[in-house]
Amino acid sequence: MSWLRSLLSRRDVLRVGAGGAAALAGSVALGQSGSHPAGHPGAAPASPAPATSAHTGHGNNLMVGSVNHKRNGFDPMAMLTDWDWGKVSTLPNGQTLREYTMIAQDKEIEIAPGIFFPAWTYNGRVPGPTLRCTEGDRLRITFINQTIHAHTIHFHGVHSAEMDGVPGAGPGEIQPGGRFVYEFDAEPFGCHLYHCHATSLKRHIHKGMYGAFIVDPKEGRLPAREFVMVQNAFDTNFDGANEIYAVNTVGFEFARRPIPVQKGELIRIYLINILEFDLINSFHLHANFFNYYDTGTTLEPTSRIVDTIMQAQGQRGILEFKYKFTGNFMFHPHISEFTELGWMGSFQVVEPDAYPAALKAAGVDAGWDRRSRQGAAGGRS
Amino acid sequence: MTAPATAAGRWTSLWGLALVPLLLLGAVLAYLVATGGGLKTLQGPPVEQLKVSRVTLPERGVIQVHLVNDGPQTVTVPQVMVDDAFWSFTAQPAGPIPRLGRATLTIPYPWVDGEAHKVALLTSLGTVFEAEIPVATLTPQPGRDLLVRFGLVGLYVGVVPVVLGMLWFPWMRRLSARAMNFILALTVGLLVYLAVGTYLDAQEFAAALPAFWQGTPAVLLIALLTLGVLLALGSKRQPEEAPLGLSYRIATGIGLHNLGEGLAIGAAFALGEAALGTFLILGFTLHNITEGLGIVAPVVRQKPKFIQFVLLALIAGGPAILGTWLGGFAFNPVLATIFLAVGVGAIVQVVWEVGRLVARNTAALGAPLVGWSTLGGFTVGVALMYFTAFFVKF
Repeated sequence: MSWLRSLLSRRDVLRVGAGGAAALAGSVALGQSGSHPAGHPGAAPASPAPATSAHTGHGNNLMVGSVNHKRNGFDPMAMLTDWDWGKVSTLPNGQTLREYTMIAQDKEIEIAPGIFFPAWTYNGRVPGPTLRCTEGDRLRITFINQTIHAHTIHFHGVHSAEMDGVPGAGPGEIQPGGRFVYEFDAEPFGCHLYHCHATSLKRHIHKGMYGAFIVDPKEGRLPAREFVMVQNAFDTNFDGANEIYAVNTVGFEFARRPIPVQKGELIRIYLINILEFDLINSFHLHANFFNYYDTGTTLEPTSRIVDTIMQAQGQRGILEFKYKFTGNFMFHPHISEFTELGWMGSFQVVEPDAYPAALKAAGVDAGWDRRSRQGAAGGRS
Repeated sequence: MTAPATAAGRWTSLWGLALVPLLLLGAVLAYLVATGGGLKTLQGPPVEQLKVSRVTLPERGVIQVHLVNDGPQTVTVPQVMVDDAFWSFTAQPAGPIPRLGRATLTIPYPWVDGEAHKVALLTSLGTVFEAEIPVATLTPQPGRDLLVRFGLVGLYVGVVPVVLGMLWFPWMRRLSARAMNFILALTVGLLVYLAVGTYLDAQEFAAALPAFWQGTPAVLLIALLTLGVLLALGSKRQPEEAPLGLSYRIATGIGLHNLGEGLAIGAAFALGEAALGTFLILGFTLHNITEGLGIVAPVVRQKPKFIQFVLLALIAGGPAILGTWLGGFAFNPVLATIFLAVGVGAIVQVVWEVGRLVARNTAALGAPLVGWSTLGGFTVGVALMYFTAFFVKF
């Protein structure tokens, strides 16, 4: 039963947070995060991407070059923490009203260095904006279709049939040039998603029309550093199978730029699986165990002390964990195929005093750090 | 003085007239390139096309992919997958590959001996082009040891059977005119079999060529051109004249065929499919033995010098050695296709020539051209080749 003891002791460690390990702060090497501007169309490289250290790759299993996030107009690293709280006001009955505008737009996006995908997007980004609110809020989402195909927004939540965003209910599919206002109360709390439900459904989803929809419980959750990870993939040659897998769209992005976190702090991940074609996805955390809240609709974990969970298409949940050691720790689905096809990244765990340097190395600022800690506070701090 | 001036004037006007359409063509092309010719709205989505001409494994842990862009537009390969995993690589030359351009990708991948691998190239528009490594094994590098071993293979497959077949010469000299005519008819049969086989082999190589080579029609046209040239060269010749010359032409045609066999064997070794090894070589030896018989059949009534036999054997059998080297070390599908297509033409020409000889002899014997003797000989020739090929076709 020694394995059980070790599990329990590890759990204790998780709860208390470890403070004793030797600090390696100054020597944390994050220097390979520099991004090389890629021309359009991307040029085949003349020299190999550096046969990388453990920090930025998986041996030679990597993508050559890096993605131009500026041209894309969104950055997977920024997407980890960019909660959209909407335009907030209070209704006469005291209920909080959050107003959002979602615009369907066609956009060619770079999903891997030099690889361009003709995406269908909400607000020009894949995944779409991370809508975040509190249980019981009134949500008013104005949807405008600026593309040449009909689209909808279908929210996972509780709402009337007219607000379901499917063909044949309420306004049905919103035609090109059309608009519609989806309005409902946010319930139940949890880690949800929204996506286009126009036909043909598979195509409307895998082309990029989806995003995270997080409803916080009224009583809030423990303060933590929070990230949203939308596990997605792209069928670049339209053969009904994915070529590139990722979280937040860009393959191997968090292998090239590990996510900076602090040793001992509580980390919470809102994890959503929006794969098409592949039946399941999974998440495996290296050198750590986590508590898992399936669909995020309970305040008690549905699985405790696990290091791998499985999600079917459309399934999602919340992970909570702390790191005992500093260093570079990988996360990826325990489906090796997806891992090798781009869905792989790592956390750069550092001592708190080394955190500003780690942020800089990852190319993010204090605002990113603030947003990552602000979610649990309901956007108030 | 006026006459030359007039001649010059005539010359100028003659070629001037010939140039008019070309000048106008230049103008139209310039207009189209500059303005799009009012067809802008007809432009569809980009078309990407790539041909993987060869995949080699030059050393442990390295895969090289040789590419030709045979599509209408420039193609870029920003990412490469091996066995469904993105992998680092270098491109030589780097950057986009223009139409008809070539590139070599070097991938540091730990391939596994004897197992299959799949390389996939992802273009900037997300199109996937795949290449198979059916059985991973080090691509043979030219070295003395391997050169000798491949040479031996060519020797067994080409030279040995031809020499053995030629050893029927003393026996044939004792045959009656009627029996000898049967042997010549048999020679026609085996040559027809070789012509068909060589044509199909040529088409197999042609099918793998980049589209702009137009491999399929090219094989037919090269074969026809070869046939035409050889017929024109021999148009003044009577069949009974210089039978030794006929033997040389048969040897040349068979030599080109054996070059093809050598190429196929060498390429199979290079692709790691040499497990067939000894059995395949044995089969080819058996299969090719009748070739020697056919080569010397026309000179049965002559007294060629010994050196002539040596030369005939080298011309017919030697190319198998050359083919094995080329196929194993420096396989070039374009040259392979051309050689085989020339071989088809050459073999058809000797079919024609030996056929005429058979016709003459049959007439001299007072038998119908298509009688049981000639048809029998022809059929036995085809059947010998067909059934011995059971040992070499997989």
